[in-house]
Amino acid sequence: MTGQLIELVDLTKKYKSFTAVDHINLTVRKGEIFGLLGPNGAGKSTTILMMLGLTEPTGGSAKVCGIDPTRHPISVKEKVGYLPEDVGFYDDRDGLGNLIYTGMLNRMTETDARAKALDLLKRVGLDEEAWTKKTGKYSKGMRQRLGLADVLIKSPELIILDEPTSGIDPQGVRAFLDLIVELRDEQGLTVLFSSHNLHQVQQVCDRVGIFREGKLLAQGDIASLSEQTYGGREHRLEDVYNHYFEGGGQHETK
Amino acid sequence: MKQNEKHVKHPFWVMVTKEVSDHVSSWRFIILIAIIALTCLGSMYASLAQFTKATKGADAEGAFFFLRLFTLSDGTLPSFTVFVSFLGPLLGISLGFDAINSEQNRGTLSRILSQPIYRDYIVNAKLVASLIVVSSLFLVLCLMVIGSGLIAIGIPPTPDELMRIIFFMLVGIVYVAFWLNLSIFFSVKFRQAATSALAGIAIWLFFSIFYNMIVELLAKGMAPKGMLSENQVVMYQNFILNLMRFNPAHLFSEATTTLLMPSVRSLGALTMEQMQGAIPTPLPLGQSLLMVWPQVTGLAAGSILLFAIGYYSFMRREIRSR
Repeated sequence: MTGQLIELVDLTKKYKSFTAVDHINLTVRKGEIFGLLGPNGAGKSTTILMMLGLTEPTGGSAKVCGIDPTRHPISVKEKVGYLPEDVGFYDDRDGLGNLIYTGMLNRMTETDARAKALDLLKRVGLDEEAWTKKTGKYSKGMRQRLGLADVLIKSPELIILDEPTSGIDPQGVRAFLDLIVELRDEQGLTVLFSSHNLHQVQQVCDRVGIFREGKLLAQGDIASLSEQTYGGREHRLEDVYNHYFEGGGQHETK
Repeated sequence: MKQNEKHVKHPFWVMVTKEVSDHVSSWRFIILIAIIALTCLGSMYASLAQFTKATKGADAEGAFFFLRLFTLSDGTLPSFTVFVSFLGPLLGISLGFDAINSEQNRGTLSRILSQPIYRDYIVNAKLVASLIVVSSLFLVLCLMVIGSGLIAIGIPPTPDELMRIIFFMLVGIVYVAFWLNLSIFFSVKFRQAATSALAGIAIWLFFSIFYNMIVELLAKGMAPKGMLSENQVVMYQNFILNLMRFNPAHLFSEATTTLLMPSVRSLGALTMEQMQGAIPTPLPLGQSLLMVWPQVTGLAAGSILLFAIGYYSFMRREIRSR
């Protein structure tokens, strides 16, 4: 794991008097799975939108894959795959058709997009019946798998998953998380995993950043966070998280 | 490698192709096409039935037989142009009312915008695709009228008539584009497609029914009393006419009437002195175009303005997943 794929320095987003993201400093190394952990409204999604150039920061700077997303959003989006929470597809098209469309938006020929889409559909575990099924008839779990294939079609260096497991049954979650780890191990992908589910983050993430009210309270691997919080005694991520959310709001990291 | 690059379609055209295919395969579009085709066929039938009576005594050279197919009516059904004026807005609204909000509600907007494309591709592709559909539809309808006219009267259209029909088609496209841009703007503004559609229909109804009533009331209220000079009457008439011209349907009607009826020599109030000595001959195409230039540019300007407002609203908006 060498080099930094994401580097946020004092990144800030304000909406009039409300500060959604407050001077965040964060680095994500190449090849790691980094978890953004925090409750709804903590600023995780806004941070992701700024990393993709979909919204402009009001302060600070961001570098994703070495590129400033505010100035060069297209270059960033060529290298980054993004799976939004509750991903949407064109319901009157089948899974394969949706993937081919995304492939062609990434400047692939229709033939190449089709070949790659078929590969990916197999890779994410969608069977042949699903390929030609209208996505309107997909289950939530199938949609998330298709979403993952959709993210991978551009062969990204980094994938950003925003609450990817919300609404999926436990078995589906397990399979989805295993798939993410497999992809990282096989392809050396870097993954930014945003969630408010502590258990899932602990399961797959190498390092985590804890968000609260737009601030990044702490970041590091679970062991080091536990050490920072409890002075060397081993604790679960849940304990660390609870520590920061039970009056520990002053532990903002730089 | 070079051969491969040749087959790579630009993302913008990928989006346009998808939008066109979505439009033509949707039930909404099929139903609308059926309504428009049926009404236009009806008005064509009515105009053909009336044709012999209307053209009796006219010489083939100056009678503009073909153009009459677009403007003639037997009194039971409105003419082709009146139908286009009435149903054109409905077509524009139906193609644009859910352009952006449906993408947002489906959750596809954030997914598509995370692909390496510029944000304005979305709104531009929606507009271009809808314009392609509208243009094709107008072309088909006009060719249908010309074809049935050829069968019925057996005389081909003169080059002048053909040019006038082409310009009529272009004005029709600009007119529908006005309503299309309005509905795209509403689709950016309103999250719910139903609200957006209702807003579009409300404006359409306002201009189709209520605006003329309001202007009439205003005209009655502002009518000058007592003896008036000729100039004062003309000024008053022009003022009322200019008020009417805020209505896009009125602009369209003036433009199409002038283009399809070469005998129309003026669109404003005329004094007796201006009429004196005028030879009742049809206007050449160039003069007709000159006369409708303000109406066409007015419609185009309104259309561009609405698109600019919609475009600006969309570009300023923050994209979230749903």
